[in-house]
Amino acid sequence: MTAVGQALPRKEDARLLHGEGRYVDNLAATGMVHAYIVRSPYAHAVVKSVDLSEALGAPGVVAAFTGADLADAWPGGLPCFWPVSDDIAMVKHMPLATDKVRFAGDGVAVVVAESRAAAKDAAELVAVDYEPLPAVTDLEAALADGAPLLHDDAPGNRAYTWSLVTGEPDKVFSDAAVTVKERYRQQRLIPSAMEPRGALCEVNAVGDVTIWTATQGPHIMRTAYTLVLGIPEAKVRVIAPDVGGGFGSKLDVYAEDVIVITLAKKLGRPVKWTEERSEGNRATIHGRDMIQEIELAATAEGKLTGVRVRLTAAMGAYLQAVTPGVPLLGAWLYAGCYAVDAYDFHCTGVFTNTTPTDAYRGAGRPEATYAIERAVDALARKVGKSPVEIRKLNFIDSFPADIASGLQIDSGDYHLALDKGLEVLGYDELRAEQARRRAAGDTKQLGIGFSTYVEMCGLAPSRILGALRYGAGGWESISIKVLPTGTVQVLSGTTPHGQGHATTFSQIVADRLGVDVADVEFLSGDTAVVPTGMDTYGSRSLPVGGVALYHASEKVVEKARQIAAHQLEVSADDLEYETGRFSVKGSPDKGMHVKEAAFVAWSAHNLPDGMEPGLEASFIYDPPNFSWPAGCHVSVSRSTPRRET
Amino acid sequence: MRQIALTVNGERREAEVEPRQLLVYFLREQLRLTGTNVGCDTSSCGSCTVLLDGESVKSCTLLAVQADGHEVTTIEGLADNGTFHPVQQAFHEHHALQCGFCTPGMVMAAVSYLEENPHPTEAEVRLSLEGNLCRCTGYHNIVKAILAASGAEV
Repeated sequence: MTAVGQALPRKEDARLLHGEGRYVDNLAATGMVHAYIVRSPYAHAVVKSVDLSEALGAPGVVAAFTGADLADAWPGGLPCFWPVSDDIAMVKHMPLATDKVRFAGDGVAVVVAESRAAAKDAAELVAVDYEPLPAVTDLEAALADGAPLLHDDAPGNRAYTWSLVTGEPDKVFSDAAVTVKERYRQQRLIPSAMEPRGALCEVNAVGDVTIWTATQGPHIMRTAYTLVLGIPEAKVRVIAPDVGGGFGSKLDVYAEDVIVITLAKKLGRPVKWTEERSEGNRATIHGRDMIQEIELAATAEGKLTGVRVRLTAAMGAYLQAVTPGVPLLGAWLYAGCYAVDAYDFHCTGVFTNTTPTDAYRGAGRPEATYAIERAVDALARKVGKSPVEIRKLNFIDSFPADIASGLQIDSGDYHLALDKGLEVLGYDELRAEQARRRAAGDTKQLGIGFSTYVEMCGLAPSRILGALRYGAGGWESISIKVLPTGTVQVLSGTTPHGQGHATTFSQIVADRLGVDVADVEFLSGDTAVVPTGMDTYGSRSLPVGGVALYHASEKVVEKARQIAAHQLEVSADDLEYETGRFSVKGSPDKGMHVKEAAFVAWSAHNLPDGMEPGLEASFIYDPPNFSWPAGCHVSVSRSTPRRET
Repeated sequence: MRQIALTVNGERREAEVEPRQLLVYFLREQLRLTGTNVGCDTSSCGSCTVLLDGESVKSCTLLAVQADGHEVTTIEGLADNGTFHPVQQAFHEHHALQCGFCTPGMVMAAVSYLEENPHPTEAEVRLSLEGNLCRCTGYHNIVKAILAASGAEV
């Protein structure tokens, strides 16, 4: 029986269930001090002065700094890795504001003390003289003439404009028998991982930086800290220990991380910062906050011919790591599961006096699904079809499918998911029940809602990311080392924050190398242990990292095959391989296990001429396409109809 | 500073604490029992749930001085010589955790609830968890695990 496909109890559970999770705030270092950030209560204000004197005299205080005091440490400010267009306003984002604050929660000073409580007490004594400015928090108001301006180098509060047009949308819309136009609000939300963010940094006498941080992206962070602080990458070690959920919010290069590194360097003591929940609500990135205008063109029967989208997306006050790109991750998906001839997408990014937005669960794609699914329902009503009929009429049903927005969906079966949904639901009976209640004027009426979807996941083919001007690739890296005792180490570039990599990756390698799941040691989340990786986001760990692991396993098997052939004195072609064991064709008793080959490779006493000792392999996998998961969600609700009075 | 004496996981502890010190920070920072997590500072999320004289309390809303003379059990004190408590075992078997951050609080809340109501219905279990938030699992498997720990068929 293979390990893949089994619902195994997880390898990672025991430690967590015993209360031995190593979340950042559980860690302590000798001589550690605590940092507390003083944040603006205003959404928009000039910082006229910051007086630290009283705070510096408070009990237990070690140091305190204003944004201006530390500005030299981060001359370029925090990075944005996704300059999506030529017209993008790459505004400066200082970890601590110097001249102006642009959202409630923007940091202005930091206090360091011997205890968490002393730092917080002293932070209350920091006197900041603000001159409040008119603020704009609504994204359409921010685009209006005369709106308060956030950044001098972003006229009209415009961050960027971006378009994707294929086919002949103007003609398709003017020829259309039927059009519908809808307007939806994607409300802003707060990601709220259960574990607040936090960081602990230690810098030794020769300037080696070690930072434990609650991040989804230790490798991205290492590069980012080097870019922001000018510390050579080789001197930066980033450790993501146990991370208590992320949902995209722990993928960013945050002010507090570069602040604790800077303070630890300056003070020569380990510095810890732990987010309070109310700080998380203000200073950890938010999701969504968009206005979607979507227009569909169709034939009189409801067959779609075109989609036109005008998206206005709030960036918040600054551009975080991938803020501008998030609305565009949905740009290809506004036709959903449906075939159209023409596609016209346009997005305007807008600065507002709010917490910056960035990647949150699905990042751009669920928003696209929401818009197209509501819009096809509107079209169904207009042409007199049911939600099921309109979907079935328009589903893409031939694969691979070159979709109007320009990508290729490799495979899918959208009818299958919808049919299954209807079957599970007992759809026909429910509709009959709904009709009966309507006819009877029942106090409880039934509502039945559908959402079908397809999403581009498994981020991402590096070439496509390059074409989109994203600053990094989308590959993933895996190394396997088979130890002399038969333990298999998997060194993974993608690292978990609750996903269960240790178990699932072990299942894959256990099957390929014929070892027990328990014999696999999964290592990740420490740049000194696993130096390369692209980290965890965008539904990528298994479709990208898991495939890298599969290929690395195959390389291990091929090397082991050469060793086994040499030991058994047969040709490699004469060996058959099944779950860990090579056997000689025709003499199945004669064979060798991968574990035995590992010992031979380690002792290196008798290897084929020229072969490197050791049984290990690495693979970096760059996916040729996205993965395209699809599905159907059906919801039935029972509610009391609103009555006119 | 105030002198307190209490029993934590069966062990008598004496300490000096600031009167404003919350029980959770006393456990985490003075006793270094970091299994009890702080998720929200406001008694909303339940990550910091411990037992006080056998009953669940949110240790971020209790002062350390209020625990003076009482008996506190944290997640670290639940297993018996490394063998899981039945609730821990059920969480493991029913995949009731992912990132694990809410887990100590969930487990302690469940232990306390099953003490109070050894054979709950599914609806009662769901209601009993209203003070504990989980962001990963969608609760479904947590409910299953607690029912399983109560001896119910799941």
